[in-house]
Amino acid sequence: MIKSNQSLGTTSINAMRQGFNFNTLSKTLFSGLLFFLFTITSLYAQDGDPAKGKSLFNANCAACHQLDKKMTGPALRYVETRLSEDEGLDRAWLNAWIRNSSALIKSGDAYANKIYAEYNGSAMTAFPQLSDQDISDILAYTAQDKAVPVATATTAVQSAPAEGGISQELILGALAILFGLLALGLFLVHKTLRRFAVANNVEIAEAVKRKSLWKAFIQNQFLMLVVAIFFLLSSAYFVYGYFMQVGVDQGYQPIQPIHYSHKIHAGDNGIDCKYCHSSARVSKHSGIPALNVCMNCHKSIYEVSPETATEEYSKEFYDGEIKKLYDAVGWDDAEQKYTGKTKPVKWVRIHNLPDFAYFNHSQHVTVAGLECQTCHGPVEEMEIMYQFSPLTMGWCINCHRETNVKVQDNAYYDKIHEALTKKYGVEQLTAAQMGGLECGKCHY
Amino acid sequence: MSSNKKYWKSVEELNPSHSSAVETLKQKEFTQEIPVDEFLGDKESLESSNTTRRDFLKYVGFSTAAASLAACEGPVIKSIPYVVQPEEIIPGVANYYATAIANGYDFASVLIKTREGRPIKVESNSLAKANGGINARVQASVLDLYDNQRLAGPQKEGQDISWGEFTAEVAQKLEALKGSDKSIVVLTQTFASPSTSKLISDFKQNYGNVRHVVYDAISESAAADAYQSKYGTRGLVNYDFSKAQTIVSIGADFLGDWQGGGFDAAYAQGRVPKNGKMSRHIQFEANMSLSGANADKRVAIKPSQQKVALAKLYGKLFGTAVGGELPAHLETAVNNAASELLKAGSNAVVLTGIQDVNAQRIVLAINEKLNSKAFDPKTPVLTRQGNDKTVAQLVSDMNAGTVGAIIMAGVNPAYTLPNASAFVNGLKQTELSVAFTMKNDETASVSQYVAATSHYLESWGDLETKKGHYGLMQPTIRPLFDTKQFQDVLLELVGTSESYHDYLKSYWKRTILKGASWNDSLHDGVYVSSTSATVDTADAFDGSATLALGAAVNALAATVSSGMELTLYPKTGMGDGQQANNPWLQEFPDPLTRTTWDNYLTISEFDAKELGFFLETSTFFSENSHDADGGLNGKYANVTVNGVTVKVPVIIQPGQARGTVGMSFGYGRTQGLKAEMQTGVNAYPLYSNFDTVQTVTLELTDGKHEFACVQLHNTLMGRGDIIKETTLEIFNTESSANWNPMAVVSLNHEETPVDSPDVDLWDEFDRSIGHHFNLSIDLNSCTGCGACVIACHAENNVPVVGKEEIRRSRDMHWLRIDRYYSSDETFEGDNTTKDNIQGLGSSLSTFGEMEFPSENPQVAFQPIMCQHCNHAPCETVCPVAASSHGRQGQNHMAYNRCVGTRYCANNCPYKVRRFNWFLYNENDEFDYHMNNDLGRMVVNPDVTVRSRGVMEKCSMCIQMTQKTILDAKRDGREVNPDEFKTACSSACDSGAIVFGDINNKKSAITELKDDERAYHLLDHVGTKPNVVYQVKVRNTNEA
Repeated sequence: MIKSNQSLGTTSINAMRQGFNFNTLSKTLFSGLLFFLFTITSLYAQDGDPAKGKSLFNANCAACHQLDKKMTGPALRYVETRLSEDEGLDRAWLNAWIRNSSALIKSGDAYANKIYAEYNGSAMTAFPQLSDQDISDILAYTAQDKAVPVATATTAVQSAPAEGGISQELILGALAILFGLLALGLFLVHKTLRRFAVANNVEIAEAVKRKSLWKAFIQNQFLMLVVAIFFLLSSAYFVYGYFMQVGVDQGYQPIQPIHYSHKIHAGDNGIDCKYCHSSARVSKHSGIPALNVCMNCHKSIYEVSPETATEEYSKEFYDGEIKKLYDAVGWDDAEQKYTGKTKPVKWVRIHNLPDFAYFNHSQHVTVAGLECQTCHGPVEEMEIMYQFSPLTMGWCINCHRETNVKVQDNAYYDKIHEALTKKYGVEQLTAAQMGGLECGKCHY
Repeated sequence: MSSNKKYWKSVEELNPSHSSAVETLKQKEFTQEIPVDEFLGDKESLESSNTTRRDFLKYVGFSTAAASLAACEGPVIKSIPYVVQPEEIIPGVANYYATAIANGYDFASVLIKTREGRPIKVESNSLAKANGGINARVQASVLDLYDNQRLAGPQKEGQDISWGEFTAEVAQKLEALKGSDKSIVVLTQTFASPSTSKLISDFKQNYGNVRHVVYDAISESAAADAYQSKYGTRGLVNYDFSKAQTIVSIGADFLGDWQGGGFDAAYAQGRVPKNGKMSRHIQFEANMSLSGANADKRVAIKPSQQKVALAKLYGKLFGTAVGGELPAHLETAVNNAASELLKAGSNAVVLTGIQDVNAQRIVLAINEKLNSKAFDPKTPVLTRQGNDKTVAQLVSDMNAGTVGAIIMAGVNPAYTLPNASAFVNGLKQTELSVAFTMKNDETASVSQYVAATSHYLESWGDLETKKGHYGLMQPTIRPLFDTKQFQDVLLELVGTSESYHDYLKSYWKRTILKGASWNDSLHDGVYVSSTSATVDTADAFDGSATLALGAAVNALAATVSSGMELTLYPKTGMGDGQQANNPWLQEFPDPLTRTTWDNYLTISEFDAKELGFFLETSTFFSENSHDADGGLNGKYANVTVNGVTVKVPVIIQPGQARGTVGMSFGYGRTQGLKAEMQTGVNAYPLYSNFDTVQTVTLELTDGKHEFACVQLHNTLMGRGDIIKETTLEIFNTESSANWNPMAVVSLNHEETPVDSPDVDLWDEFDRSIGHHFNLSIDLNSCTGCGACVIACHAENNVPVVGKEEIRRSRDMHWLRIDRYYSSDETFEGDNTTKDNIQGLGSSLSTFGEMEFPSENPQVAFQPIMCQHCNHAPCETVCPVAASSHGRQGQNHMAYNRCVGTRYCANNCPYKVRRFNWFLYNENDEFDYHMNNDLGRMVVNPDVTVRSRGVMEKCSMCIQMTQKTILDAKRDGREVNPDEFKTACSSACDSGAIVFGDINNKKSAITELKDDERAYHLLDHVGTKPNVVYQVKVRNTNEA
């Protein structure tokens, strides 16, 4: 079981690496081009293609090796140069080692045994499938100089005050003065006309004193009644709305002890939800993954790539969060081993169903084949996880009324479905017709 | 012909002058009035109070506003996942481990259900055919693990010490005793563990002068001695009652704990009439026991007369003349039994529970003579290894000062020994006393060192319950406290660094498995071998003192009765008393007296009246109406045996033989348990010479005892036809319409069966598609053992309410086992006087001298839970529709919807609904397991823990049926026949409770539902229940 776990871990890392790679393909191509143009081709990587090498490296080696950091295996930058200069070992030795290291160790090769002992007797996986060309590609990749992080031209586009702004204000000011003058003119005209009228004894009809609208309104009992009813109804509506949202935590987005980004994991890297929340397949709980699941990948992913950083969250921030994981799980990244001092993470639970409501993930995930996003929303876009659905009983029931039961390829449903569709005269049964609205199905 | 017997539950019902009291209980589900008088009746205090109406309204307004404001803010809930998740644990999915219990009293191979690493339920291991039954105590044993009174680490003179210090100091003291003239004694329970025996012999070798004394609190020494004298090794005969057609038991409660118990499953097989045949069971006994209650013919007989009867039976069977005096009707009964035995020949079996080597030897001889098929001496039962003589010898040696050190494991002699004070004195004279125990019990509190041992669910171990039938015990959780099991400490004392796990494994590979797979045996929990490892039989039996068989018979026949005879017995719920701190067992109603939280002196009604112990029914209803209405009261008696006197409450037990009284072990514990659990009276001081039968003197004494007895609770309001029964003869010869008629109602002056749609108030719902659950309960195979009650408790988080609340009819058991008495005669309590009953009784009863119906009633047990009526009266009266019906036949109860009107309970004809009067969890008023973090670990996470003010009832284990359905859906398959289970059906070893889907024609329930014995409870009400009962058939055929 442990063995299969490990292999699962490795494949997924590879998968993830590939995904990672995929996203940064353009970058790879670009840098590959750069190297072609500007770097002096290394003596040893005679005909290797570093671009191909990188993808091969990521597919085969990255689970245990990094270029600049000692991991399960040694750091590999300039490995060929280092071996030939320090140990006098040539490409042939490297080929033999890569294709079958254990045979080399058995043969009694001194350096092979030294390395084997240095890494606590963990033998390197044999790669007989790699051709000479593949190996030279990989070595070409390892022979590249460390890319100096290019100061990315993040010229923060400051909203430079455009000239138009000033002119607009001027126009507005001018217009205001103009209107002011106009009003003044009108007032003066009015005054003058009145004076003329007084002088010429023209009668000016006094405005009839009418009841103000406001008083009339007060005195109209019918209108008052209508308004009162309207007010009562609308306040009842809002009070009801207020009370109905009590205890409904839609949009609940607590701050978690570790800033875990579903966007990076499920979105950018496309990790399947059920890789981490594996118990959702078989259990009522989806399960918060144990930290050893995180370590399946994060044993080798100790930092994020610069591209992952966003304006809001810097690379340093994300790297710091990975450090928090290491701290919690008790992983000494420098020594590449567990210290045994663990600090379990106290996550804040987001989706809280009351105790009297029974919900089973496996029924919905495995049997009904629902996407996690149906209830949990666009998790792959959530930088910070929040509660997407209201999780109210009405919400559950609506879905049960509308959703057809997935009966295909499930022998359990065959007979029942056939008989019930006949009984209800429908093509497809909804969950409600299968009894999914009965109280006791969820409350016991 | 359907019997028109009258059934009664309590002697009170037989007493017409007090019928109003019983009537009140019958008519009212909730007998107490709402006590408004208490706060409104006192005019004076109301007037002197200075809280005005306005103030009152202000408070109400403020608290309402405050409460609703407080409710707006949801709590922040933290979730902490594993750092490294164990690969076998998936949160939300149960794991099962096969292990075994061997606590010295109960031995059984079990399956433990664990959730997130916590054991939460004991289930039977279907692979273990031979290793004991899962009785109520075994079911409840999981709660002992979470007892917050457990010792958290080793102690010395009451002070905590470390295990390092403990082992070093004990080893040093033992070392000092090596070679001295004082002996080291290892006093243990029966482990029946081959590896432990080997380990103790290693210990013996290491320290030299070591004596191993095995001690059973309730001894079967006489039977073991008899077996040893006849067959050489120490053990008990194994019986297979499924092969017995005629069973005659003289004082042996083999459906209880006689010789280790566990015989009920096989017995029940023979009780179901098949092809017109069922076993016939004749029971001679003094106390009303489970066996007597299940017998076809029960003869109430004094213990002294039992010996004579056995001798006479022997005489009849062997054709020899045996002296001795017996009353005429007993003589006839013995003669009849003998002729029935002879007729049945090898299909017959005779048992006895008389604690007398001679009696036990006679039984062995009889069974050999009968060549009984049920009698199996070749695979002896090894679960009672104790020897009274060596225990008695030990106590005198200790007092003589020849015992240097005593190491005790699994025993509590300071509580269980009849001469406990002598033992405690002796203990003070030893240089070293070590008690291995889970609690600071009576013995631990007087020992120098207390070694905190692990619970069996935290331990490794093995057992050989019967020769060649092995079981393995494995831990299902890491020790909760700093505890070590006895064997591990013993290994350290022997000086090896090996753990007991390694020791056990290598021992098994070497001695038992011999090539078979360890992992397979551990997975199964059981292993059957053709060869037996030798279990250390402690001390060799000295056979020289045994009489010749003929002399033994004469010795028995010469027994004369002298005064009142007491028979001590283990109560079904409590056993030998080691689980006394278990609230489930304390609240478990005794199958016969239906009394909880107590033990008592059982006495016949005749003797009670004679000796002044009879309490008029009217006194059961106290003046204060808010007190327990109808709670049973009793007088106290001083019981004296050989100068030892105990004060015990007296209870009237119908069927108790005249001139005898009974009292149960296991109560009156004082150390290592909560104050609430310190109930009852210790009967062990009366257990002189390890004889369960004692001559006693009774004396009436002051006071009135309040029992918490549920026998009159939840009666069915006088509605008849609850129990249907017939005799084997009628069953075989007449059509079921005669003995199991369906109720008819009048429609247009025509008799119409109630199941006709024409007379139905409701429209029929088509349930033929999908699942439709039914539960069948066979009244013939139900022995009343109560394992289902505790299983239901554990599965459904049923709260414990305590003695006071039980007395107020507020018990919460979802499943109860009603016990009905009936006499051979019919009687009508209302208008027939007792004299009339006498007259009728004499004409029909076998025994002419019968005076009261309660003298020797027939008993029927009837498990009752929610009947899940398809036309449920409770559903229609709920104003908030909290109770509704599912298509699968289950009557659903939505607790969160219930507002607590209790209309449903009032309208339920079966009285199976329970109201939560209080919050029973996290409430200091109910300081049982649900009030502490440790105890709550036993709670089943799939079932809601109910709150105050809601109704609850049996859900037909909907969480289990839903899980079974989901498993099938996930696997993409149909549900297998008989895959559906409820907690009660899987707990029922005797197969009386069968659950299943009647739409699956292959399942066993389909056949049972349509069986000619099947009937619905109160079918004339027309509720169409989904629970069917099978008519009880009694084998009254006298041979």
